[in-house]
Amino acid sequence: MTDAAIPTDKTAFRQGLETRLKKRYAQERRFRLYGQLAIVFALGFLVLLVGRIALQGYSTFIDYEVTQTIYVDPAKVDASDIGGSNFDLLVADQMLAKLGEADDELGEASGKMMDIISNDFGFQLLKMVREDPTLIGKQVTLTGPVKADAALYYKGELKRSTPQDERKLDDRQLNWLDKMQASGAVSKGFNVGFLTKSDSTEPEQAGVLGAVVGSAMMLLVTAVLAVPIGVLAATYLEEFAPKNRWTDLIEVNINNLAAVPSIVYGLLGLAVFINWLHVPRSSPLVGGLVLALMALPTVIIATRSALKAVPPSIREAALGVGASRTQTVFHHVLPLAMPGVMTGAILSLAHALGETAPLLMIGMISFVPGVPEGFTGAATVLPVQVFIWENASERAFHERTAAAILVLLAFMIVMNLAAILLRRRFERRW
Amino acid sequence: MPAQRDDSQARGSAPVQIAVDRAHTGGPQHAIKIRARDVNVFYGDKQALFDVSLDVPEKAVTALIGPSGCGKSTFLRCINRMNDTIPGATVRGRIELDGEDVNDKAIDPVILRARVGMVFQKPNPFPKTIFENVAYGARIHGLTSSKAELEAVVESSLKRAGLWGEVADRLHQPGTGLSGGQQQRLVIARAIAVSPEVILMDEPCSALDPIATARIEELIDELRNQYCIVIVTHSMAQAARVSQKTAFFHLGKLVEAGPTGEIFTNPRDSRTQDYITGRFG
Repeated sequence: MTDAAIPTDKTAFRQGLETRLKKRYAQERRFRLYGQLAIVFALGFLVLLVGRIALQGYSTFIDYEVTQTIYVDPAKVDASDIGGSNFDLLVADQMLAKLGEADDELGEASGKMMDIISNDFGFQLLKMVREDPTLIGKQVTLTGPVKADAALYYKGELKRSTPQDERKLDDRQLNWLDKMQASGAVSKGFNVGFLTKSDSTEPEQAGVLGAVVGSAMMLLVTAVLAVPIGVLAATYLEEFAPKNRWTDLIEVNINNLAAVPSIVYGLLGLAVFINWLHVPRSSPLVGGLVLALMALPTVIIATRSALKAVPPSIREAALGVGASRTQTVFHHVLPLAMPGVMTGAILSLAHALGETAPLLMIGMISFVPGVPEGFTGAATVLPVQVFIWENASERAFHERTAAAILVLLAFMIVMNLAAILLRRRFERRW
Repeated sequence: MPAQRDDSQARGSAPVQIAVDRAHTGGPQHAIKIRARDVNVFYGDKQALFDVSLDVPEKAVTALIGPSGCGKSTFLRCINRMNDTIPGATVRGRIELDGEDVNDKAIDPVILRARVGMVFQKPNPFPKTIFENVAYGARIHGLTSSKAELEAVVESSLKRAGLWGEVADRLHQPGTGLSGGQQQRLVIARAIAVSPEVILMDEPCSALDPIATARIEELIDELRNQYCIVIVTHSMAQAARVSQKTAFFHLGKLVEAGPTGEIFTNPRDSRTQDYITGRFG
């Protein structure tokens, strides 16, 4: 039988070999093409996705500010009751005066003016006059943003060509905006406020600072809990635990936990941390606890595979010179596994950073107009902020949604870069 | 039938060995360092060693030879209890190191491995500097009290391993950057640094070229004045060159043991005869 398999006719054998060789090369070319197509496809989607978000969100980073001198009219400001005076109206009147218009009796004109300039002017003036009541009767120069709808007009997204009753601002308001711009009072600039302010009911004053700080604090809680516990659990299971039915059961369970939908962790957190342990709801602490539970199986699995990849000869070498098992693990095995451990940990943290569903279950979906006051204070986080803004009715918030997503992506890129740098640092290249 | 025969032979071989050991090294000081009696090893249900009884002399090289899978490495790993680390491995029987049973509950495997150093088939230096590789054992056992002392230990270990001249100027470079033969000598230096009494070598030259092998063999010859060395080797020529005593293993049984010269020139068992003449293995 074996004799029959050896071809006797050499030329026929050669030809067969050549055809097979051609086929093999064709197969290889085809496979490479498929691979390249897959990469183009994936990259295309990524560019499409990020590009669309960037296009939608970049305009948030541009804002229009009005600088105007306001006469603090003693007739309108009561020095004995500063808090009771209507500064918004005062500012609106002064703005109208600069445009050569006067308020009508019903206050319609000032009302329309208040729709195009931010009430930030009123806040600023109130604060200044409170601090220094001598300003009453003097000229004060104020700079503040225009309302989000007015900014949309300046950005060209709200068009005059749209019928008047279908847009937020009427022709009269648009004329004022044109006049203000023509007078040089309006300046275009980078929207620093988006990064230095927290959530607000007014889109032009809303920023992501509270959400960024909230995310960072929550992630800190997650990292402090999930990474050491996960690494130690994995080290014990991989290096010390006996291999028996119990450890097999634990391993299967850990693998299953990694696949549990994240919202289930939210329900668990609600039941255990909030209702039973009374951790304050909507706080970075409870969010971090829930996400730590979620990240734990991933950290354990990543650490175990990193430990498995350490060659057994290193363990033998250490044991052979009389190191104890603990010394072997902590002096040799774990340091060698560290790059893998770090990469796994940071990837699971990055995943936790983008998680929304479980946080909704533990009450993180609330309006928090500030930076969280400590780990037990009310907080919001970036993905939830995106969710809240996306649900808002005002169009200007949708622009901010895209911008917040960009900030979230930037946060993640920073984390992944950190993962790469840490990996490089821990890697022994010898 | 063969089991019985091996048994009697291993037990009966002791007086013959001592007589020839004496002839070999010229003195009666070659006492027995390791005394193994009826050692059986199981990996789960599979038995790897059958009633092995062997005496290993002090300050001499004992070679364990035999075809692949014959249990010689298994026997070697019993001496420093490296088999403990293999799940499902059980060792029965008695292995005495200076009269003490190494499997005794009172013997800590960590202390035992400091007394019985080991060199593996593939050079396995730690991915650290040359200095750290040699210093590691001394450091974890607290053998030195100062940095100068530690440096002295590293230097003398490297000198004894015949590596000092080649690495003295680059002690703080990675040990894994050395050539295979240098790495193996580094690993020997690492074992020496904890002042062991016995050095076990598991095919230390199988991954090396002939020149590096010759260098290691020279080193083994120098080291036998201070240590009891047990070496597992596939090369009969190597066993003949470096060892004073040879034990031939086959299918988990000790077939024959005795002075190297006698085993190679006048084997008593036909299987030994077949193996050393290259008829199988």
